[in-house]
Amino acid sequence: MGVMDTELQAHIDQWRGYVQRHRAISVADVDEMEDHLREQISTLQTAGLSGDEAFLVAVKRMGRMDAISREFALEHSERLWKQLVLVPEEPGSGTGNRELMVVLALAVVAALTVKAGFTRLSDSALGLNLSLLVLPFLAAYFAWKRQVSASVAAVLLVPFVLTALVVNLYPFEPEGATEIIAAIHAPILLWLVVGLAYAGGDWRSGRRRMDFIRFTGEWFVYLTLLALGGGVLIGLTVGAFGTLDFDIEPVIEDWVLPFGAAGAVIVAAWLVEAKQNVVENIAPVLTRVFTPLTIVMLFALLAALATTRSMTSIDRDLLILMDLILVLVLGLLLYTISARDPLTPPGLFDRLQLVLVVTALVVDAMMLAAMLTRIAEFGSTPNKVVALGLNVVLLVNLVWSARLGLGFVRGRRTFAALERWQTDYLPVYGVWAAAVIVAVPPSFDFR
Amino acid sequence: MRIDKDLVAASATPLVLGILAEGESYGYAILEQVNQLSRGRMQWTDGMLYPLLHRLERLGHVSSTWRVSEGGRRRKHYLITESGRAALAERQAQWSVVAEALDQVWRGATGPVAKGWA
Repeated sequence: MGVMDTELQAHIDQWRGYVQRHRAISVADVDEMEDHLREQISTLQTAGLSGDEAFLVAVKRMGRMDAISREFALEHSERLWKQLVLVPEEPGSGTGNRELMVVLALAVVAALTVKAGFTRLSDSALGLNLSLLVLPFLAAYFAWKRQVSASVAAVLLVPFVLTALVVNLYPFEPEGATEIIAAIHAPILLWLVVGLAYAGGDWRSGRRRMDFIRFTGEWFVYLTLLALGGGVLIGLTVGAFGTLDFDIEPVIEDWVLPFGAAGAVIVAAWLVEAKQNVVENIAPVLTRVFTPLTIVMLFALLAALATTRSMTSIDRDLLILMDLILVLVLGLLLYTISARDPLTPPGLFDRLQLVLVVTALVVDAMMLAAMLTRIAEFGSTPNKVVALGLNVVLLVNLVWSARLGLGFVRGRRTFAALERWQTDYLPVYGVWAAAVIVAVPPSFDFR
Repeated sequence: MRIDKDLVAASATPLVLGILAEGESYGYAILEQVNQLSRGRMQWTDGMLYPLLHRLERLGHVSSTWRVSEGGRRRKHYLITESGRAALAERQAQWSVVAEALDQVWRGATGPVAKGWA
């Protein structure tokens, strides 16, 4: 009997999961139907059916879920426009409110820290430390949310402290290339540390890493929306005060901007957390639009590159831009992977994706050749070394992605292999960023 | 005997309201009662009852409350409202008109019409 019960429980849990995937059916509705299902099962069991049989008959009598879901959708059309639940659904549960309090407190503290940084630090020190002023609070939010153990919290603290020591103790030449390089790579490294907090210490799990990739995309979308909204609000405020002959621009610059920016980093993360089960993710939708467009752009670039005669004549700025374009390609790849059901067979979009990766590879190889030529001709600089290194890091990823993608499209490999490769590769970026921060400045005398 | 699904759909609202008019009930019990009343000849897709109940609730014909069953599970109970009773009375009037018309035409078919054909 006990064994039967756990088996039946597992069946019912599976059924629940299946029903819950229908967007028009809310959790309360599923509760209501589960109660019905259980009554039906126990009636059938009393009539002499086994647990399995009773379950199957009861599910059959429940009817086809897509038809029922359609009925629910007609009745509750608002559910297809899922709302962001900012007030706790069950009055008295209170957890939503407490989380909001924590988020707001962290946002305010982060904003005050950034503000202090703006008044106390020189411009170049501010550049180096900016991510250190905000991201620890974001990591703290996730550490709180995931209730990490003390040892994990300590581990999370280490990279922040080490980064702070390195960037502040290195004798950078002010406004030098190595200082700018360190300032660019510190946020990348620290973002991955935020990822460790996001995973709640479970950083060996590929699932959690993929979740973090999803989170990053959504967070970026939310941050952009907040920035746009904030921009409009500031513009209107400045305009309105301007007509009253008040000049509030200094207030905006000194207080509203640093507060708004630092707060938005935390609030955007909270928004993603609050709605992750509620709305379809937007980042993967954007990849559908931008994957074909990026392929067109890459082809146009290849054509343009083919008309330039010598590799050394390729502009330095173009090399940096190309690196950014490759990062974009990788982003598109990551977000498509993050949204794809690993079990569906390869389709047109997977082929398109492969075209994108292969085109990017060709571009990457050409850039690599151009960089090597430039280094041979003019000697190495910090910028060139870092750009070259980033190129190699991206090249390795793209080559292997192309190989796995081809295998998948041909039906020789599973999609999961491609997914695993991307999540396994994540730490490489962190190691690369850390290596750049630590090793590049001293190798070039902090110039 | 299988009853046509359009007919089942058309009679669902008055049946549910009629059952609730006798007292508060919940989904599974309502279906059980439909089964008994029709002696098992009216087969409903169980899941379809719930969107219907929610529709009646939105229209204000029923109200609902969550209670706890003997088994300790959360269970949503439905109760007919005043507007539900009014709606039921109207449906009853409509159905009697339909039933009366059908009754007459069918009785007529075996009577005078049949004679005329003979």
